[in-house]
Amino acid sequence: MNYQLNEEEKMLQKTAADFANKSLAAVAVESNEKGEFQDDIYKQLGKLGFLGMTVPEKYGGVDFGNFCLALSIEQISRVCASTAVAISVHNSLTNWVILNFGSAETREKYLPLLASGEVLGAYALTESNAGSDIGAIQTSAVREGDNYILNGSKLFVSTGDKAGVVIVFARTDTENRKRGLSAFVVEPDFPGFSVGKPEKKMGLKASSTVELVFEDCVVPVANLLAEEGKGMLIALSALDGGRIGIASQALGIGQAALDEAVKFARGRVQFGRKIIDFQSTKWKIAEMATKLEASRLLVYNAARLRDSGDISTKHVSMAKLFATRAVNEIVYDSLQIHGGVGYTSEFLIERLFRDARALEIYEGTSEVQKLVISREVIKEYDRILPD
Amino acid sequence: MKIIVLLKRVPDTEAKILINSEGSGINEEGVKFIINTYDEYAIEEGLKLKENVGGDSTVTVVCMGPEESTEIIRTALAMGADNAIHICDAALDNPTPDMTATLLAKAIKNNGFDIIFCGKQGIDYDMAQTQAFLAEKLDIPQVNIISEFAISDDNKKAFLVRSIEGADEKVEADLPVIISCNKGLNEPRYASLPGIMKAKRKEIKKLTLTDLDSSGVPAEKDSTIIKWLSLPKSGECKIIEGEDFGEKVVELARLLREEAKVL
Repeated sequence: MNYQLNEEEKMLQKTAADFANKSLAAVAVESNEKGEFQDDIYKQLGKLGFLGMTVPEKYGGVDFGNFCLALSIEQISRVCASTAVAISVHNSLTNWVILNFGSAETREKYLPLLASGEVLGAYALTESNAGSDIGAIQTSAVREGDNYILNGSKLFVSTGDKAGVVIVFARTDTENRKRGLSAFVVEPDFPGFSVGKPEKKMGLKASSTVELVFEDCVVPVANLLAEEGKGMLIALSALDGGRIGIASQALGIGQAALDEAVKFARGRVQFGRKIIDFQSTKWKIAEMATKLEASRLLVYNAARLRDSGDISTKHVSMAKLFATRAVNEIVYDSLQIHGGVGYTSEFLIERLFRDARALEIYEGTSEVQKLVISREVIKEYDRILPD
Repeated sequence: MKIIVLLKRVPDTEAKILINSEGSGINEEGVKFIINTYDEYAIEEGLKLKENVGGDSTVTVVCMGPEESTEIIRTALAMGADNAIHICDAALDNPTPDMTATLLAKAIKNNGFDIIFCGKQGIDYDMAQTQAFLAEKLDIPQVNIISEFAISDDNKKAFLVRSIEGADEKVEADLPVIISCNKGLNEPRYASLPGIMKAKRKEIKKLTLTDLDSSGVPAEKDSTIIKWLSLPKSGECKIIEGEDFGEKVVELARLLREEAKVL
């Protein structure tokens, strides 16, 4: 199946694949083993244009859109899913939020820096008591003259210690749970900003995940996105794009897990036969490939819908729910085909297995996706069925 | 400076090549086609030379091949080449290097040229002849399999290094010259995203045999492939397991007699 890619999409996919197979593959194993973030890889990605994929040309981007971003993240994740984390967050969350909710000055100030990859973007939403329940955010923002003063801390911020621009969600109204949130563009050298402890994660080890602490952090009023109270709306609308990114990661990891399983099974001999000749292996391969194909169709469709401007929330959540569940089943089967050696870090599947687990959790757990999907589906029925 | 880069569409190095059932060629089903690997070094060197010389220098990619070659031509344009010439005609059936070079020479002459870069050989037929024929047709010097390239300040002389067995050979050549590139000459760049965007608007000039006036093209092939043969399958290796050396020797003798039937 060619997924109806046009000439440019094929070329972009090839550049992403070539970059992953050569430049990224050269450092992926070591950086994942050591848990090292690859600054140089992002410099190269920036130069090639991968960090301005949703930004118009007038702000220094290439504006290829969500579908091409999905193709890129898929190819990068095949080799190193950690690297794809920052690509997704940077493009779909930071850049997108500034482009859609920033004032003209904010866009002109930050987008060229971000789109060229001169600085990386981060997105600080989660708190210790506000995970799926973002209405419970406690970080506060109090207006004082020309500034807002932020206090609180954020957890699980991808690239938080490497970013030059962080989107921070904070409470400007303590009374109103939902409409009391606002979003700010924060630079790490604003007074009162500091990086807390790094997380020791199960997987995605070459991606940096940290706590960010705000102690009387001074943010100019100009850096408020949209207006006070729009935080929840901004967070949720950006996540649609972010979720396509995570679902695309699932495609890359899933493809790598299938590739590894087939390669291994073709060479491994037990009971005098290659294990790929056993029906139990063949059935696993059929299941894995079919789940991957179904995931790909859902993800590509959701990305294309978002590019066409259609409201795609339901399709995005379906793609994320399905693809991230499927990839966990795929890595499970791939590891099972590998047997004992699959449980050692000698084989890539061990890393794929650990990396895949995060996908059902971050940028909206599978449970949250079901909430979103069911709400949309039931709403569709409410419109046509009698009360 | 008019810089020409020759390009060929070849099967992917990773593709498994199978002979078709008639033995008349390869089975192209499921085979991915790519830019000839050595041509990538030629593109990179052409682009570097353009950046180095500056002014109104242009890099023109010239490719002879089927319709589908557009894909690799676009990639070269996305890497940074300015425009392209695509010689494409259904009547071209597996042309010999002599035929190919005659047609390339016509197109290159019409376009104008100061220097020509190409790969040291196509990784499909491995003939490495087209550049030599082309040098003859254009009556210019050729330097093959180069691993280093530099140009004089007045852009009239090329300084080249050929890595030969156990030594390096330094060569000087007057422009115009045709240079065939080897691995190690440079690190070919990726087609960047802005490059891909720009490639859309760049010109690919299509030329048929009629456009080129095929006089001078040899009417008959000087050599023809009669048949393609698959390599014989290598036999499977059998390892005799066991602790006791004596028993293993007995088993070896038995296998040689009963299975291999050589004793």
